[in-house]
Amino acid sequence: MEKWPNNKAWLLVLPVAVIVAFSAIIPLLTVINYSVQDILAPGQSVFVGTEWFKEMLSDYRLHDALWRQFLFSGLVLVIEMPLGILIALAMPKRGWGVAASLVTIALPLLIPWNVIGTIWIIFTRPDIGLFGYYIHKITGIVFDHTARPLDAWITVMLMEVWHWTPLVALLAYAGLRAIPEAYYQAARIDGASPWATFVYIQLPKMRGVLTIAVLLRFMDSFLIYAEPFVLTGGGPGNSTTFLSIYLVKIALLQFDLGPGGAFSLIYFVIVLLLSFVFYQALMRVGKGEKG
Amino acid sequence: MARIELNEIAHSYLPKPKGESDYALKRIHNVWDDGDACALLGPSGCGKTTLLNIISGLITPTRGRVLYDGKDVTELPPEKRNIAQVFQFPVLYDTMSVFNNLAFPLRNRGIHETQIKKRVLEVAEILDLTPFLNQRAAGLAADAKQKISLGRGLVRSDVAAILFDEPLTVIDPQMKWELRRKIKEIHEKLTRTFIYVTHDQMEALTFADQVAVMFEGEIVQIGSPQDLFENPEHRFVGYFIGSPGMNFLDCTLEGNRAQIDGASIVLDEETAAKGRKAEGKLAIGIRPMYLEIHAESVDGMVGAKVKGIEDLGTHRIVTITLAGKTLKAVLPEDKPVPEDEAWLFFPPQWTRLFADGWLVK
Repeated sequence: MEKWPNNKAWLLVLPVAVIVAFSAIIPLLTVINYSVQDILAPGQSVFVGTEWFKEMLSDYRLHDALWRQFLFSGLVLVIEMPLGILIALAMPKRGWGVAASLVTIALPLLIPWNVIGTIWIIFTRPDIGLFGYYIHKITGIVFDHTARPLDAWITVMLMEVWHWTPLVALLAYAGLRAIPEAYYQAARIDGASPWATFVYIQLPKMRGVLTIAVLLRFMDSFLIYAEPFVLTGGGPGNSTTFLSIYLVKIALLQFDLGPGGAFSLIYFVIVLLLSFVFYQALMRVGKGEKG
Repeated sequence: MARIELNEIAHSYLPKPKGESDYALKRIHNVWDDGDACALLGPSGCGKTTLLNIISGLITPTRGRVLYDGKDVTELPPEKRNIAQVFQFPVLYDTMSVFNNLAFPLRNRGIHETQIKKRVLEVAEILDLTPFLNQRAAGLAADAKQKISLGRGLVRSDVAAILFDEPLTVIDPQMKWELRRKIKEIHEKLTRTFIYVTHDQMEALTFADQVAVMFEGEIVQIGSPQDLFENPEHRFVGYFIGSPGMNFLDCTLEGNRAQIDGASIVLDEETAAKGRKAEGKLAIGIRPMYLEIHAESVDGMVGAKVKGIEDLGTHRIVTITLAGKTLKAVLPEDKPVPEDEAWLFFPPQWTRLFADGWLVK
């Protein structure tokens, strides 16, 4: 078929182009611009080339934050994906229980992020917090996320799992509900065990939504800022300083716009690369060895 | 392999059915012999899939018993019944190869791997699936997928019956014919009990020796294709089977004449005698291919008007009005059709009488 050139079409694309320019392209170009300059004072800057990139790439604090970030996102995926699927499998399939469980599960998703940090600060306090109080009472340990790195990590992880597993569960539930009844009937007739039904029917049929869940949870957890910032402020020490918290420290608290810009770009490239790798890997699992 | 007996089956999807109308299946009492090829034919919503699911054990009927070879299996789940079912759209294990799909029901039953291999290769050969064995099932065409579904039933040597739930719905028209022939061929080769549910009369009539026609939760007639065509026991069978369906005219009986708003049609003595004894609203029925159209009146003919002619290439369908009712007649290509005014003849041997929808007997 021949394509019909119609230049009026460009006019229709224009609004989107303008919005994308203001929301993504111009900010990105600004960051690139910052990253190659040393800004001494407003209106006074020197071109420094790749200087900031070299400095940031060899910054041991950035390295530490990056490994911390990998550990965090890894744990998030390893815990939240199976847990979310498990919750989805356990949810009722019909009746009033469906609406009730959906609303209950979605509640954490409706709470503003900075409020979540505050909730968990109070929740883990050994004196008045439900969690901290009983940990103290039962084990004798005074739970303190402001003093002990392990406690801080436990709190951040618990908060993250509590906050975002519902998203995975909702996606998995949607995927499960979309499986036609005939598949379950065929599995029963074929004498498949519940485990075989899960592995050969439910899991493959959920592949699409689970891919989305993995990508969303990976990107979100890799960019996490508000909740740990409110909860621990990146401490104790630097033990919960994730990439974004460190970035904000450099760019906004120390106002080092050059190194901040370079850091941002490195951060951006890592997220993009890893998302691409995840996507490709999950798509390949789905297609398998095609004959 | 088994003889399947349905003993006074009734089913309602409501937990506490009250009236007759709450039942999806009203009363089914029927036996299919071992090795039969039977079809369940009926429109959507007549309860045929419900009946199939009762036979396979996916549904436990509200009332009645299901027996395989005289053994009561009503309470047994499908996996304990040795039944196989092919669904409306292909149900496959997408991530598995064709071989593993076919082997799946055997593996679940803990059969030895060497025996599994033997069985799968045999069945693949019968179904022409051998070239695809190592491919992933997900990438195949719809007809091959349906063959795999069928194959999962055939691999089990102990399978009592194979149930088909409108298996050709998603198949391309050309492949439909091919696959239907294949299913019939397999039935002849393996002589297992096949129960085939469909709303397509062509499929039912070409597949089965015995067709059960279902209507509103009941089997209204079981018979050979010829029986269903020539002697429909219920108006619904007459209307549903044949294209176009049977013509029906409400009538009253006077002697051996059926009176229809002034027009009078002669019935044969025997039919008329039975009709006089029958109760309920009477109607006569005639197949469009038996209805004769003439240009000149002879004794026993009734006047009518020709409204339209559809030429289908092999034959013509003529639309006629008689006493305000519309009738269809099928005529061969070479026979002339009178314009406007015409005379209809109802051959007594092909004119049936129905009372309250049922053939008078």
